[in-house]
Amino acid sequence: MCGIAGLFLKDRALESDLGALLAGMLAPLSDRGPDSTGFAVYGEGAAGTLKLTLRGPPTLDANVLLKCLAEAAGGPVVHRRHDTHLVVTIPAERAAVVREALRGFSEVALVGAGRRMELFKEVGRPDDVSRRFGLARMSGTHAIGHTRMATESAVTTDGAHPFTTGDDQCLVHNGSLSNHNAVRRELIREGLSFETENDSEVAAGFITAQLRGGRSLEQAMEASLTALDGFYTFVIGTEQGFGVLRDPIACKPAVMAETERWVAFGTEYRALVDLPGIDDARVWEPAPARVYRWELQ
Amino acid sequence: MADIDLARSSVRDLNAALHRLGMDTNETRWRVRNPRGQHSVAVGLEAPVTVEIDGHVGYYCAGMNKDATVIVNGNAGQGVAENMMSGKVWVKGDASQAAGATGCGGLLVIDGNASARCGISMKGIDIVVKGDVGHLSAFMAQAGNLVVLGDAGEALGDSIYEARLFVRGKAHGLGADCVEKPMEDRHKAELRRLLDAAGLGREVDAGQFRRYGSARRLYHFHIDHAGSY
Repeated sequence: MCGIAGLFLKDRALESDLGALLAGMLAPLSDRGPDSTGFAVYGEGAAGTLKLTLRGPPTLDANVLLKCLAEAAGGPVVHRRHDTHLVVTIPAERAAVVREALRGFSEVALVGAGRRMELFKEVGRPDDVSRRFGLARMSGTHAIGHTRMATESAVTTDGAHPFTTGDDQCLVHNGSLSNHNAVRRELIREGLSFETENDSEVAAGFITAQLRGGRSLEQAMEASLTALDGFYTFVIGTEQGFGVLRDPIACKPAVMAETERWVAFGTEYRALVDLPGIDDARVWEPAPARVYRWELQ
Repeated sequence: MADIDLARSSVRDLNAALHRLGMDTNETRWRVRNPRGQHSVAVGLEAPVTVEIDGHVGYYCAGMNKDATVIVNGNAGQGVAENMMSGKVWVKGDASQAAGATGCGGLLVIDGNASARCGISMKGIDIVVKGDVGHLSAFMAQAGNLVVLGDAGEALGDSIYEARLFVRGKAHGLGADCVEKPMEDRHKAELRRLLDAAGLGREVDAGQFRRYGSARRLYHFHIDHAGSY
């Protein structure tokens, strides 16, 4: 099972509604994935800055953490709290020092990093998780989300999607991969590191390795058709947009819709029914083994 | 005409109301609004009524249909008209995977495209798709007819038994034991009957289709293969 929702806005007037629209897409997918929920939102990002999304236990003293990060960042860091997550903005050139400083906080996890990407995930049903993080108030150009029914690894926050293995890059997956251990070993030899035993994190790492090697998103996705074995529908987010790929057998369902104002992906049509203008949208099923992508111009 | 708004009542209530109808009911026309991609709309109908659904439906719409006519003014999700026994299901948009799966009888008409595994394990249903069908359509198809006006995806008719496949466009590869067969007059007559039933006029010529079926090499044990087991 599992459910995926993705929304890419063409009409900038909708940007302040992005979070609310995604929350509305994820809620009906709870039947497909009630175990955990996560989403990546591509919002504002200033040149020369990097946003780090951190997660800590409820007992964490954020002031101690922020004081330490401010020292590493060379000045006070802008921060925003969303339930268990904290988004801090640092000068990009201080990223390595700040990451090193974070190692001193074993109970704090780095959930995601990027100039524009903020990433949130927790155990729980989508309507509950969306509400806890305040998704409906978030804005941006595009966002992807996932509701998980766990199959290949445990129901934990770390096992929740999206998975990210590079700045501004993330991946959500519906399906299961059969050769993820072999691919993980190869990617570790190439210098990537992984946080979990999860198969989907390997797919995210594979795409990251391809992009680092200079390939385009389209080429990276095409390469995964031969490298990754198993069932999958992937939605992959980058700073510029998102891509969609289904395995050649097309085991997992997928629906897309497009209007003049947006492009949307849903595991089921039910995820799309509240989007503005859906009744006049072009609705179609993406073909197997074909790369679809939308990126900011 | 009965008018059901699924924004106000549940699919379960709709189906229960349809199941209560007797064979001689006078409530023969039903309209269903706002399906919003919900699953299992109008399943298990047995009375000879017409149900018209305005909008896109989710999975298994009109499954197990018997004698009823179900019209979808939109797209259908996976498994539309699965295991249909008789009657007619007409999808005016596209259908997702496994349309008409395991169907035993009746007629399924899809005005748009059907995606993968259309007519998988069909057992007597007739399916007419006016667009294309996806890969592995008519997989293990046992009986009935699949008519495709557009193209068929890879591995058409894989491991087919005795169903007949008619394709007007290109077949992008045949599955194991599926072969092209000659179009004789009796096949053209049968195809004409199906095209007429699907509301297609003489502008669609039965002579433009190719026929595919089983080479019958796979489903009997072959002594030469004994060493393979």
